[in-house]
Amino acid sequence: MSPARTFATARRVLTQLRHDKRTLLLALLVPSLLLILLRLVFYDNLIQFSAITPMMLGIFPLVMMFLITSISTLRERTSGTLDRLLTQPISKLDFMFGYALAFTVLGAIQAGLACLVSFTLLDINVAGGYLPVIVIAIAAAFLGTTLGLLVSAFATSEFQAVQLVMPIMIPQILTCGLFSPREHMAPFLQFFAGIMPLSYSVDAMKQATQSITWSNTLTLDIVIVLAFGIAALVLGAVTIQRQE
Amino acid sequence: MTIPAVITKNLTVKLGGSTVALDDVSITLAEGKIIGVIGPSGAGKTTLIRAIVGRQAFHGGSVEVFGLPAGSAKLRSRISYMTQSLSVYADLTVTENLRYFCAMLGINGAAAKKEIATLLDTVDMQKLADQLVSRLSGGQKQRVSLAVSLIGAPKLMVLDEPTVGLDPVLRARLWTLFKHLAKNGTTLIIASHAMDEAEHCNDLLLLRDGRVLAHGSPADLRKQTKTDTIEQSFLHLVKSKVAA
Repeated sequence: MSPARTFATARRVLTQLRHDKRTLLLALLVPSLLLILLRLVFYDNLIQFSAITPMMLGIFPLVMMFLITSISTLRERTSGTLDRLLTQPISKLDFMFGYALAFTVLGAIQAGLACLVSFTLLDINVAGGYLPVIVIAIAAAFLGTTLGLLVSAFATSEFQAVQLVMPIMIPQILTCGLFSPREHMAPFLQFFAGIMPLSYSVDAMKQATQSITWSNTLTLDIVIVLAFGIAALVLGAVTIQRQE
Repeated sequence: MTIPAVITKNLTVKLGGSTVALDDVSITLAEGKIIGVIGPSGAGKTTLIRAIVGRQAFHGGSVEVFGLPAGSAKLRSRISYMTQSLSVYADLTVTENLRYFCAMLGINGAAAKKEIATLLDTVDMQKLADQLVSRLSGGQKQRVSLAVSLIGAPKLMVLDEPTVGLDPVLRARLWTLFKHLAKNGTTLIIASHAMDEAEHCNDLLLLRDGRVLAHGSPADLRKQTKTDTIEQSFLHLVKSKVAA
């Protein structure tokens, strides 16, 4: 491992994004715009909106970062640049951490903006204050990035990578407790939800909205989300083969 | 006695589990030469090259580069690999590409600046240094990719079809550059399906159906087959193999 190569990779990925203004604009603004849309959906029901929005703040960065990361690393695999890099003195973890760092930075800005819009324009009130919400949103962005890195190994084209959102992200969104409390789900589904990372990011958001203090459960939820992310990174590094 | 650049012994590679891409290839390639790997498409050129740079898993035999097993970590700062696809970042400028790959080799700051200036000069791309690679013509992209391969003066450069699609003037210039590099001790392994380019090489490896048809200097091969051009030699060798 070499921090210099990790940072150089992160810098390079961010430079690529900087040149792609449209992607940057979409990534940064879409979650905020969706939240505004949601506010209009719950037009005369601010209480329910306030309950749902923080959970959305845990879901949006995860899904978007998952998509962006899986496609950009897939491009690296198909354009030959990964081929070239793997003959160079960069460790696979440098590569993975570089990507994770760059996209987590992007995810953090995105989540920060969405939080800002929620707290100011949309009058969201959370019992625990803004800090836990922002921390969880960033952790969710990190998790989305790492899952995207891992999953890109299982897709051979951008077409497949986009489709993987359906089987990987949608079931997690359906079972995380957003639509119906997890206690009401079929028992085996509760077990499934219990091992899915998104459930923890949504649980953490629930904690942050309901509890005035920073609870141990909240810390634990965030740690679990981060642990999933690191596990995905390491697994992702394993899926990159120097020899094919 | 100097160590040869590459030694393969009974190298056998099967692609997709069954198709034999390389069949019992045993070759010794001397240092400081331009070695042309020539053959029709599907002959096994890219597979052989990938085995040499350590990206190809093989099913029998061995590959040594400068006395070390191919793909050894110690070799990574001494070899460069230009893949058939461009293997540079289209959404970065020429300079940003070079800066990133410099960082991979531990060349940073002022040293990188100096290296980049020299490289841009070598491939005659100073005026386009701040252009995005995606906006360049095919030939210009090739030159950027080649410049990346030149970073840090590698001892062995492995280039897969580096001159394909280039105009004759540019091709001639690149061959002048390759000869200059070889004179200064760099070993170049160049895959090409263009038989007319073979005359520029010191050493030729004619491949067909994963086997070595012939190995020797262009003059030797012509003499051996009593022909005037490498293309004729190749045809002669194929015919005599079929007859035998």
